[in-house]
Amino acid sequence: MSTLLDTHPLEKILENPQKDFHSVRAMGKDAFLKQGLPSAKAEEYKFTNLTKKLSQNFDSFEIAADFELTEEQVNHAIFEGFDGYRLVFANGYFHDGLSSKIEGLTISKLEESSLPLGSIAKAEKDPFAALNQASFEGGAQIALAKNTQIDKPILILNFINPSNGNLIQPRIWFETGDFGEATFIEQQIQLEAGDYFLNEVKEIKGGRNSHIHWYRIQNEGKDAISMSNIETDIQQDATFTSVNISLSGHMVRNNLSLNLLGSNSEGNMYGLYLTNGNTHVDNHTNVDHTIPHAESNELYKGVLTDNSRGVFNGKIFVRQDAQKTNAFQQNNNILLSENATVNTKPQLEIWADDVKCSHGCTTGQLDEEALFYLQARGIGKDKAKGLLLYAFAGEVLENIKDDSFKAYCINLIQERLGTNLS
Amino acid sequence: MLSIKNLHASIEGNEILRGIDLEVKAGEVHAIMGPNGSGKSTLASVLAGREEYEVTEGEVVFKGENLLELAPEERAREGVFLAFQYPVEIPGVSSTNFLRTAVNQVREHRGLEPLDAVKFLTMMKEKMKLVEIDQKLLSRALNEGFSGGEKKRNEIFQMAMLEPTLSILDETDSGLDIDALKIVSNGVNQLKSKDNATIVVTHYQRLLDYIVPDFVHVLYKGKIVKSGTKELALELEEKGYDWIKEEIGQAAV
Repeated sequence: MSTLLDTHPLEKILENPQKDFHSVRAMGKDAFLKQGLPSAKAEEYKFTNLTKKLSQNFDSFEIAADFELTEEQVNHAIFEGFDGYRLVFANGYFHDGLSSKIEGLTISKLEESSLPLGSIAKAEKDPFAALNQASFEGGAQIALAKNTQIDKPILILNFINPSNGNLIQPRIWFETGDFGEATFIEQQIQLEAGDYFLNEVKEIKGGRNSHIHWYRIQNEGKDAISMSNIETDIQQDATFTSVNISLSGHMVRNNLSLNLLGSNSEGNMYGLYLTNGNTHVDNHTNVDHTIPHAESNELYKGVLTDNSRGVFNGKIFVRQDAQKTNAFQQNNNILLSENATVNTKPQLEIWADDVKCSHGCTTGQLDEEALFYLQARGIGKDKAKGLLLYAFAGEVLENIKDDSFKAYCINLIQERLGTNLS
Repeated sequence: MLSIKNLHASIEGNEILRGIDLEVKAGEVHAIMGPNGSGKSTLASVLAGREEYEVTEGEVVFKGENLLELAPEERAREGVFLAFQYPVEIPGVSSTNFLRTAVNQVREHRGLEPLDAVKFLTMMKEKMKLVEIDQKLLSRALNEGFSGGEKKRNEIFQMAMLEPTLSILDETDSGLDIDALKIVSNGVNQLKSKDNATIVVTHYQRLLDYIVPDFVHVLYKGKIVKSGTKELALELEEKGYDWIKEEIGQAAV
């Protein structure tokens, strides 16, 4: 017997007819229904039971609506020292009037586009990506013209207001022409208190010899439940670099997939999670080497305390044709309390025979010998701990090429670790 | 300045120090020698406050204070300096930032103003000359990729920066070639004054040709079994430690 209780609140979202455009919604809906929400046993969500978390925290969902923003709110949200352009969204809806006009960059609403949505971040690969595709509203297409290098970083600010709906599903399609170069910094700004589920999808299509940096900082409220799918196609001679910094949230899951599709392409994935309280951060990454002579680098680091939990899963596929591949992966964790845990799993599947691949993961405590060395020079224990942790985390931050964003992250992290060095 | 009385210490239940007595006065240099495993490095570690060691008996008074009650950083701020036998490599922590943090925490404790960047650099440049350390080395992460000799020089450089009253050099000479040994010794000698004291822990007499001790103590099985002047070190160099072991053996019979 089927009762309302058997239906997960998220599934009810699709019972209502959706605004229709293209066939992408129908495809998303099919993919979602086929997969269903991940069960407790689902391999991909084994350590991160979002399905349960969502049904515990929500009785019902309502697709978030757009809302008005003021110039002042936007200015207030931009981090100190930032020098660049901004693209402003409210609950995932693009606000043209509050956004910078950037030469060479065209932004349009996804609803007005005829893009093959779901062709990069495929709905059949993840039920949350499917849900987004079936029911997102708003969203934006960002197109960078051929041979265009944007001289300053572009800050993507998405303002969240749960009182306008608790299911927020931003979706961005970004593509560059050949030789395009841009740096994006992504941040969520929560305006009003309230529970919500953020379910993002980003599809990124790089042109040949394009160079994209994609930085994200997750520093939302303690209660944020956030799901993100980012997938990118990387063409010949192109590079894509992702840096993901997670500092708070209730349950955070990031899926990041890089498809190396052209020779001499390079994909870099860097991540740092600094968690405390009951925060749960899960990074699932996937890099697919399909062609020869491509390179991928990956470094994720975690510092966990209190009852917080980290999950790292790094898949590397090297297809039979992908000879001369270089693929490197590293995940290191420091646990500062008895109750903090990490589940880390490298997953390499290599069919080619002439490749260089390495992976390693470590989980340990702070190096006592190093701590004693610093103390023996007069540095107080807490400060010494902070110095060591900051040094540990710093290796990830080195990969941020924009100085203002790097300084912002360093500040936040030093504040957390209590190590302001001035 | 330092008074050690009947000091017993153990690690994981094994007693290493079995009743050490030692008096060190300002202006003095004491050498502690002994065969491997006699407890030399343990003594150095206990004085610096390494937590693995448990002091089971005895007392250590430094400048009138109970040293054993202080945390390692408090001891350092009071003026105890340990030059490590194995300096630790700390990737990601720049030598300069580390030293500035250390120097300013020590200065704060001594009621002095923190040094600003300019003053700090001036001081650093001056002290660098003492141990002929290259500035390039200090722009790198702390001890990371340093050679053995560079690490030991860096220890003495840190000592120069922190201006301790009691320096404990734990096998600082081990592994050094003669040139490096001269540089390190020269640095230590220049830092010597009537107000501070040095304890040199070493396995070899050679170092004592360059850092001339006022007293030499032989540590064996966790006790100081013989004390003398620098001539004792020469005798040890010539005869080895066996005759001491025999002497102790006979005394025990």
